[in-house]
Amino acid sequence: MSILINSETTFIVQGITGREAVNLTRENLDYGAKIVGGVTPGRAGRDVYGVQVYDCVRDITAKTRVDGSVVCVPPRFTRDAVFEALENGIKLIVVVTERIPRKEVAQMIELAKLRDARIIGPNCLGIISPGEAKMGGVGGPAANTKTAYSKGSIGVMSRSGGMTTEIASTLTAAGMGQSTAVSIGGDAIIGTSYAELMPLYEADPQTKAIAIYSEPGGRMEAELAEWIQEHDSRLPIVAFMAGRFMDEMPGMRFGHAGTIVEGKADTTAEKIKRMTEAGIAVAERISDIPKMLQERLGEVK
Amino acid sequence: MRFYEYESKALFARHGLPLGQSGVADSAVHARDIAHRIGSPVVLKSQVLSGGRMKAGAVKFADTPDEAAQIYDEIFPIIVGGQKARSILVEEKSPIAQEYYAGVTWDGRRKLPVLIFSDMGGIDIEEVAEQHPDHVSKTHFSTLLPVTPRIAKEAIAATGVTGAALNKLTPIVSKLIDIFLAYDLTLAEINPLVRLEDGRFVVLDGHVDMEAEARDQHAKLLAELGIGPEETRQARPPTDFEIRGAEVDASDHRGVAGNVVEFDGDLGLIIGAGGGSLTLFDAVRSQGGRPANYCEIGGNPSVKKACELTKLVLSKPGVEKIAVMMNVVSNTRVDIVARGVIKGCIESGKDPSETIAIFRIPGAWEEEGFKILAKHKVDYCDRSVSMYDAAGRAVAKMKAA
Repeated sequence: MSILINSETTFIVQGITGREAVNLTRENLDYGAKIVGGVTPGRAGRDVYGVQVYDCVRDITAKTRVDGSVVCVPPRFTRDAVFEALENGIKLIVVVTERIPRKEVAQMIELAKLRDARIIGPNCLGIISPGEAKMGGVGGPAANTKTAYSKGSIGVMSRSGGMTTEIASTLTAAGMGQSTAVSIGGDAIIGTSYAELMPLYEADPQTKAIAIYSEPGGRMEAELAEWIQEHDSRLPIVAFMAGRFMDEMPGMRFGHAGTIVEGKADTTAEKIKRMTEAGIAVAERISDIPKMLQERLGEVK
Repeated sequence: MRFYEYESKALFARHGLPLGQSGVADSAVHARDIAHRIGSPVVLKSQVLSGGRMKAGAVKFADTPDEAAQIYDEIFPIIVGGQKARSILVEEKSPIAQEYYAGVTWDGRRKLPVLIFSDMGGIDIEEVAEQHPDHVSKTHFSTLLPVTPRIAKEAIAATGVTGAALNKLTPIVSKLIDIFLAYDLTLAEINPLVRLEDGRFVVLDGHVDMEAEARDQHAKLLAELGIGPEETRQARPPTDFEIRGAEVDASDHRGVAGNVVEFDGDLGLIIGAGGGSLTLFDAVRSQGGRPANYCEIGGNPSVKKACELTKLVLSKPGVEKIAVMMNVVSNTRVDIVARGVIKGCIESGKDPSETIAIFRIPGAWEEEGFKILAKHKVDYCDRSVSMYDAAGRAVAKMKAA
């Protein structure tokens, strides 16, 4: 199964003629993704690696089924691009762009809720269901992606795009494949949090356990801990917590836009405490994750 | 990026929020002049980007202009939360009948802005929320609908405020929401918002934080308030080393070599990317290493950028070795970073094989990168060595040296 995307998922790339989007399009096509069109206003009629370019999203949705969109446009155009996708009925939107002000992110998410759609990101590398498809820059070129990712039963969620691949690569080396890995984004406000993905993993028979990368700032880990406690989840979870040094440096921003210690709840110490209380195992090192998952999967049996 | 109180109030004044008479003094004589112009007892408040001014004794009252001058000299040198005063705000002192709190911020969980209101202002709002929850209201509101006064009215009424106070507070608090949204703020706070004994409502103290991402959009406002682009407004002012790091990042649009933060250790770090840097910095410290700096490289920086960053880190007194480490990379090319750091060592007059304690960047173009590293006899490893163990190898070399 996998979650969010599989080999049948069709999607478009908004901003497809930009330098990064061109690379991303090629990498996704090489990995087997079904990209059914691209949008860059004023560039209709061109093509990017065989993908037709249109002026408007509706030019594509009018003639074919479009399950998702990867939005890869500059920050000041991102909200408009996401609105266009939503108003044309697209239900899964991966926002790659970073440095979008919070107000505009909140507006996108609010409209997505009204349209019964889901946003992943912003400031993320997207989604990969190994062996099926990927949607976004996660893993890079197809050859690199195939080295790091393998099909299996571990769901991966990460606030860091690069660490999504580091964790997958570590799991693959230990013989543990992944069901779906989601780079959820590094901003203070994101479309879909850990807790919001949990029901999807929970319902996916392929997924047997979860690995998470987390860091200081925000309430996402507390929200996950609450979700676990409220829903008797069948899935063992191992989380890695980065940025422990930041607990001593309130007010300083490191890593991602959402990574700052402003209050006690933002610290790694507090997050580790909350997750541990909820039964989530917290790893000291990335390389400990496979062993810890195996131990917990053994207990499940 | 946090605004000083006087900057926050200048922003509030543009939107017609009621403020007492005031002036910003940068000398004792100036403080005396302002107090004279106001013509009544005044309060002098140190302008720092940190809380706890009252406790530190950096807020004091003066009955006469001469006393204002004397108090200026008294409070200006006081360090509050590690910060020196930028100036002293001299403001009319008013007899207070009641204090309120109003703040607007983002709720990352609900993904909406939230208005927090209390009829117990003047103290820490978190404390009030804990001890008197019925005196604090939290009202989430839409970012898609226009802001209308009912949001503020509902928030204020929820704390039991009614009558003339409700009707006078509503437009003030509603304007605070307008300001929060108009300038991409992450916090807009008035504490306290007061009712004076004569019945007027006045913003006594307040502060705002603007989202760093939105600085460009509001460049005009920032320029008018006198906030220069060089002011990072982080928790502490940038060091010279950090300013030079920002210059390296700005020197070339390709890729990122950013967020250079200085530490007092001896192991230079060329690390990336966002999450990888956090992971690696922890890995160095937890194994007894002492980082000389933090940084984030990524997005495929040019050879020149990696080279300049390496030179900067090696220019720091006491730094003889660097560790070059990232998580598995996808779009950053291993060979380009390898070329850059080797060039940086050589241009610093150092032997790359001695200077680079470890190079651990696996991923795109790694074969090409490893060839270059082998040629220069640099100790490198691929993804089979974990980030933690790579950091450990660098730390071990520091200890052996």
